[in-house]
Amino acid sequence: MAQTHAAARRSGADREARAEGGRSGSAAKSAEIAEFSKDEELGAYRQMLLIRRFEEKAGQLYGMGLIGGFCHLYIGQEAVVVGLQLAMIEGDQVITAYRDHGHMLATGMDPKGVMAELTGRRSGYSRGKGGSMHMFSKDKHFYGGHGIVGAQVPLGTGLAFANRYRDNGNVSLTYFGDGAANQGQVYESFNMAKLWSLPVIYVIENNHYAMGTSIKRSSATTNLCKRGQSFDIPGEQVDGMDVRAVKAAGEMALDHARSGKGPMILEMLTYRYRGHSMSDPAKYRAKEEVQKMRTEHDPIEQVRHRLEEKGWASEDDLKEVDKEIRRVVNEAAEFAQQDPEPDPAELWTDIYAEAQA
Amino acid sequence: MPTQVLMPALSPTMEEGKLAKWVAKEGDAIKAGDVIAEIETDKATMEVEAVDEGRLGRILVGEGTEGVKVNSPIAWILGEGEDASAIQADAPAELKAEAKTNGSGAAALQTPEAPGPAPKPGEDEGGKIAHGPATGPVSALTSLPTAQPEEDSREVPEGTEMVQMTVREALRDAMAEEMRRDGDVFVMGEEVAEYQGAYKVTQGLLEEFGARRVIDTPITEHGFAGLGVGAAFAGLKPIVEFMTWNFAMQAIDQIINSAAKTLYMAGGQMGCPIVFRGPNGAAARVGAQHSQDYSAWYSQVPGLKVIQPHTAADAKGLLKAAIRDRNPVIFLENEILYGQSFPVPKLDDFVLPIGKAKIARKGKDATIVSFGIGMTYALKAAEALAGEGIESEVVDLRTIRPMDIETVVRSVKKTGRCVTVEEGWPQNSVGTTIAAQLMRQAFDFLDAPVLNVNGKDVPMPYAANLEKLALPSVKEVVEAVKAVSYK
Repeated sequence: MAQTHAAARRSGADREARAEGGRSGSAAKSAEIAEFSKDEELGAYRQMLLIRRFEEKAGQLYGMGLIGGFCHLYIGQEAVVVGLQLAMIEGDQVITAYRDHGHMLATGMDPKGVMAELTGRRSGYSRGKGGSMHMFSKDKHFYGGHGIVGAQVPLGTGLAFANRYRDNGNVSLTYFGDGAANQGQVYESFNMAKLWSLPVIYVIENNHYAMGTSIKRSSATTNLCKRGQSFDIPGEQVDGMDVRAVKAAGEMALDHARSGKGPMILEMLTYRYRGHSMSDPAKYRAKEEVQKMRTEHDPIEQVRHRLEEKGWASEDDLKEVDKEIRRVVNEAAEFAQQDPEPDPAELWTDIYAEAQA
Repeated sequence: MPTQVLMPALSPTMEEGKLAKWVAKEGDAIKAGDVIAEIETDKATMEVEAVDEGRLGRILVGEGTEGVKVNSPIAWILGEGEDASAIQADAPAELKAEAKTNGSGAAALQTPEAPGPAPKPGEDEGGKIAHGPATGPVSALTSLPTAQPEEDSREVPEGTEMVQMTVREALRDAMAEEMRRDGDVFVMGEEVAEYQGAYKVTQGLLEEFGARRVIDTPITEHGFAGLGVGAAFAGLKPIVEFMTWNFAMQAIDQIINSAAKTLYMAGGQMGCPIVFRGPNGAAARVGAQHSQDYSAWYSQVPGLKVIQPHTAADAKGLLKAAIRDRNPVIFLENEILYGQSFPVPKLDDFVLPIGKAKIARKGKDATIVSFGIGMTYALKAAEALAGEGIESEVVDLRTIRPMDIETVVRSVKKTGRCVTVEEGWPQNSVGTTIAAQLMRQAFDFLDAPVLNVNGKDVPMPYAANLEKLALPSVKEVVEAVKAVSYK
């Protein structure tokens, strides 16, 4: 077990950051990484593949002009949301910034509704009025989808405040990126979360680039799991490309927060294969760097490899899964193109909430 | 079936581009995610990745071709077991046609003549606010569906006992009553609990409701405003106190981008029932950074309601309404008014409608419109003018957004003249909005141009004499009313 743990941690994205030490704080214990059962592996494979195929399709629809504006794809980072979702319980909330399609699919939101929102149609989750960066599902406890870097961090802390106010046993998973980690309001939130022992996990998706600026060029300290140190918030660096490591860290952190010990930081070392948004040519990094991540650390390929190695799935079985996922994604894309645009009258709705009955 | 690869749009504005390079060659096996070509846009060179698996069957647009239109076919990908003969050169480009259905300008050109759902009879404040077509297609404002003539409305039943109370006490009572009524209501802010409020507005609340519901925050406006908004997303009803509204500029992103817009961006799924409150405007001798009126700022934002009460009764009735409202409400108080006493109806549950002006003084010769502390200048001026035979009607807006312009219009149709009074700066002020609305809605009734009495267009000076000059004065209001009366 210990060996697996070490191996999984070594396979992460940023060796230099790890060299500084992957843990911070003493309140929480590092997670032991348990092997997945066959069902878990297959489930994770399916979910991650759904996100990847969905995002590829979204990229294609963007290219066709069917999706407009900004569109930030999640390709490469799938293990983060899928692994954490496996660790959550009903009622735990998720909130993130604008690279949010993966989070929505992981919480179980309907790909059709998400894709229809991307195309700006009336059956989209926000009736076509939110778009890629602004989608919500109270049903699935997904609180957006926020377009201002870092703004979701106080908001997610507020969700945790509500959990504590109601003593409902739920935890808020508040995601942000390495870029947002330099925003002042993040630290204002850390302070209050620790001060009031709020049940919140700050998930830093460190994909190493704040748009075009690498973490080394933007951050005085690059070991982001330590950013809670001055507030005594424990942090853990996690191989965000290994869905098992993510799940294990998630369980440990969720236990910590749920048991009243307050916030925890999980720094997920991950990588996005695509540009920051669809219009970013990503010239700030070497092609070889991307290629290396894809061939050596791809979160989906890791699971596929284990499934095949253990004889839990044949190539044909996995092809079948792929076919099924493609069908779901194609249906979503089809739906998102056939669904009409919002009625013009929708321009004037949802500005103010109606009076409570 | 072979799949067509179309020239992709790679930025929000791209219409055509150059096919710089084919990375894959005809006959190459292709997996989803493989880079097959490079495209030059006006901004950058981008890679095109394959979405489908198969073999690159035929390249339709050669390397180096410029001006390739977005969505025109550039290649065919063959599926398993297919060969190039499966490609029909003139196969209908279905996707291309579909692409055109998106982004048509039709919706954007719709004028507000397509109204939202008609308001139900009797639905008033807090109801879904329908857009009133009467304001015409140009820069229509979200306004109240109907406004009863002021004369007909009775906010306080006849015979109700009135008690003298300061604005400060009225605000405190409003919060305490709503906190007793609803366990989801809580107060947070700097010094609201143990210190009993920097201006003593939250006095006694900690004692009655405890530290769970009366929460001292760190000095961290951006953070706790956002935290409050998040708690409201989750269904709680926070009252967020800013020690002064000047400090809320640190938090304005959360107020506007998160609180005001989420209901809309969520297609109605998730709103933000929150009250942001605190003292606004100039106090006395606190200089430029602590003396500013935010009425005009916040009242520009759809999704927010903006209230600035003058009297203790209005402060109480409107704050209670604001706490019950399911929308984010900006509640602008005033430090100078906190200590002033007014009669307040002794009622168990005195709630006033948001979005309704009141006639504070009746008159026939000219209309003075104001709100908040501006009312002190307006009422004193009206008194002085009465001594000179000019009877002014003074309209207290109370709510800046949604604005009860109907009551103003009704008054101006009677008097034919209008002066607005506010401490805020002159450009894009509440007064200029009223003037514009009157020009549109009461043009034929105006006997003189509308005049605006504002704070001067300068940062607030410290020196006592300069500060006085920077603020509006009774004299200026009197002169303005005389000017519109040609007297």
